Amino acid sequence: MSELCETITPSRRAILGTAGALFGWSFMPRFAYAAGGRDVRFVCIVLRGAMDGLAAVAPIGDPDYVGLHGDLALERGGPNPAIPLDGFFALHPAMPHFARLYGKGQAAVVHAVATGYRDRSHFDGQDVLESGQAGVGRTDSGWLNRLVAALPEGEAVARRGCLGVGAVAPLVVRGAAPVLGWAPPSLPPAGDDLARRLMDLYGQTDPVLAQALMRGVDTERLALASAGPNGKMAGRRGGPDTPQGMRQIAEGAARLLAADDGPRIAAMAFEGWDTHAREGGATGRLAQLLGGLDGAIQALETGLGPRWSDTVVMVVTEFGRTARINGTEGTDHGTGTVSFLAGGAIKGGRVIADWPGLKDADLYEGRDLSATTDLRAVTKGLLTDLFGVSAAALGRDVFPDSGLVRPMSGLIV
Amino acid sequence: MASERDTRLAVFAVNRFGLGVKADGIGGIADDIRERLREEVRTGLSAGTAVPQGGNTGLETSAALFRAWREREDFLRVARMPVRPDPGQPPTPQPGTPGLRVGGMEPNKPVGPMRVPGSTIPQATFLTEAAARMGFGLGPDIGFVERLVLFWSNHFAIATSKGGQVKTLAGAFEREAIRPYVLGRFSDMLLAVETHPAMLMYLDNQQSVGPQSQAGQKQRRGLNENLAREILELHTMGVGSGYSQADVTSLARTITGWTVAYNDTPNRVQGRFIFSAYQHEPGDHSVLGTSYRTGGAVQGQMALLDLARHPATAHHIARKLARHFTADTPDPKLVGRLERAFIDTDGDLAAVSLTLLEAPEAWREDTRKPRLPYEFLIAGLRATGRSGLDRPNAVNPLLSALNAMGQGLWDPSGPNGFPDTAGAWISAEGMTSRLETAAMLGRQAPGARNPNDVLANVLGPRASRETRVAVSRADSREQGLALLFMAPEFQWR
Repeated sequence: MSELCETITPSRRAILGTAGALFGWSFMPRFAYAAGGRDVRFVCIVLRGAMDGLAAVAPIGDPDYVGLHGDLALERGGPNPAIPLDGFFALHPAMPHFARLYGKGQAAVVHAVATGYRDRSHFDGQDVLESGQAGVGRTDSGWLNRLVAALPEGEAVARRGCLGVGAVAPLVVRGAAPVLGWAPPSLPPAGDDLARRLMDLYGQTDPVLAQALMRGVDTERLALASAGPNGKMAGRRGGPDTPQGMRQIAEGAARLLAADDGPRIAAMAFEGWDTHAREGGATGRLAQLLGGLDGAIQALETGLGPRWSDTVVMVVTEFGRTARINGTEGTDHGTGTVSFLAGGAIKGGRVIADWPGLKDADLYEGRDLSATTDLRAVTKGLLTDLFGVSAAALGRDVFPDSGLVRPMSGLIV
Repeated sequence: MASERDTRLAVFAVNRFGLGVKADGIGGIADDIRERLREEVRTGLSAGTAVPQGGNTGLETSAALFRAWREREDFLRVARMPVRPDPGQPPTPQPGTPGLRVGGMEPNKPVGPMRVPGSTIPQATFLTEAAARMGFGLGPDIGFVERLVLFWSNHFAIATSKGGQVKTLAGAFEREAIRPYVLGRFSDMLLAVETHPAMLMYLDNQQSVGPQSQAGQKQRRGLNENLAREILELHTMGVGSGYSQADVTSLARTITGWTVAYNDTPNRVQGRFIFSAYQHEPGDHSVLGTSYRTGGAVQGQMALLDLARHPATAHHIARKLARHFTADTPDPKLVGRLERAFIDTDGDLAAVSLTLLEAPEAWREDTRKPRLPYEFLIAGLRATGRSGLDRPNAVNPLLSALNAMGQGLWDPSGPNGFPDTAGAWISAEGMTSRLETAAMLGRQAPGARNPNDVLANVLGPRASRETRVAVSRADSREQGLALLFMAPEFQWR
């Protein structure tokens, strides 16, 4: 446990945050915003594959962190120093835009957070994350869609429906309420990560296919390399697991969200976060993905223009990763992770965490960062204050069987 | 409960002879897959392999489509209007946001006070036909008969890029000239194909005029050998099988006057095949040493019937079938069996197909072919539980994927159809476009299907340990399904 934690509260369960005490700020749902004409935008970004929260926002103040994260641990110094958020947490250096927003009080981090799902299947984990259901197996609609359905009929947000970005809308926006779809023009190429995994499979089982695919991938790389020094690609676009793809998706979504008669709610999914091998530390594969996410957030900020001040961007992932580095310089499926919050409507500049610690006994099942905050509490807090939905409706319709999970208050300015 | 050995064999057979295992698994048909295959043939024989058209089926006859096409052409010519954008294309409701779509939106109906007759052709017609064609592949448990349709449709290839007229008729051509005969007699299919308006226009026979005919004398027009050459080279005997240029020219003469009725007259129906004595080259004509007496369309029909039972045709067909279903260089024993069956039964294609199913060489697991792009696409849709494509627009991304993979629907680069060798498809460009298609299929899979379950259902015990591991480690459903579709066990059949 860090010194900092002890100074705030005698409990080892401390709440860390540069903006001071979190609870007690306000328990009142801010109906005024919804009713009083605040024209909000809500963007949900789903990171598929399980983002390593301990790598994205490192608890460098925790004495056990370096021992667990080993060579991949972020450092205060060196050629790529982590960006300090407070005395305890530091942000990955690949996210300068998020850091800038954090400095302006327009971004926050919720740490040691997870859904109610405690197994380690991506598929089931994403279902729970996006369906908002208490368990696996119910995937006919997502919580954002049910939120829209729960809003009063004719209300501006409900009337304009939600936007699902991508070839197929993410589950989180699917359901009975109208869904507007948008995808970057042209069939997006399959992700690099998919090609890498497939090469690996062909390498083990099928030399004929391996050779053809290898040549195909090489040809594409060549086409990219010859596209010119300014990196402009001739017709080829990045998939949702590349920085270019993430930025492009965010730019398109921002354009639609910024329109006066456009949708107010959008969801998009970025892929490739399943860093079992060669995850990298301050640089490397995860750094590239985090840079992509950072670029997408910046693209939303730019694209939304004056609307940014009434915007909330919520970044979520199905679960975290093991606290220890595995045998292939990566991490395996875990539990607690982080959720990024950004936007002018966020009461930011703080890391919200009931820090569980990283000693062996603190780790979930001896391997993962424990989850001390239910992600639904965060989401419910945002939705209550942004849209004026009652806690009862949230606990019943939007996140069924979550009545005991209280909305986290004070997330919105 | 079928044994694991039976299940392995059933998955193999559904991949080799059919269109891939459907989402609900092989369980129902694993017990005696050989009998199930024969059963599909028997059912096709008793119920017929033709599909309903006209009436309220949404599928028009080629004569009706031809009529609509002509009305449109006449109207546009008279009105001197520019051709409107294809109404089958989705609109772009908001400028500056390409690709915007609204859930559940219907294809745009032609609007405005001036409705162009036949304005849904060719594009909307093509989309309807494409959706129907894909739907035919999604229904059957095995899909052997549908594979035969695909084989014969490619054997008697036409290409939509010839023009709007062929594009309008492409689906009807397959329904009318191919599908009804895949378990029938080869000579019947041959006659249906060579007298179908789509083929006559694709290979220019409607323009072919006998130099000595009345039309030839008056209009200074002459013979077009295009169709006659492809009949010999591609449709029947095969290139280098002993016919000469004189045979090509002579066959072309026998089928002069085989054309399409452009208008209704007391004894002609617009859009149907007609024999035009006015264009026909008079006299007897000799093909491969046989002289065919003058006497109208019968002259050419007799020539075609003889070509259909020529030994070179039997060998050509047998080799192509064996190559399609087993290997680029098929076992000569298999070719021999098919050839013998073709000759012995006078080209009974049900008998030939059953011979293929009975031949031990066809079941050898050390032979393999890559799924053609179309088969791959259909197998992917079947694996994720699609049962049909009700909205014509749902077919757009699938058609784009086929184009990207190099097998645009009904649009090969020439009358020889799409290549049918592994090397033509397992290429650098081929694999990357397949990968992108697999990713799209993964993203568009309806419902939330666990890739591990889909793998267990569609590959069962044939999935390698490596494939199982790769799919289970995928970081999303979409990726897991894409890896499954790209797995060697799914790509090869």
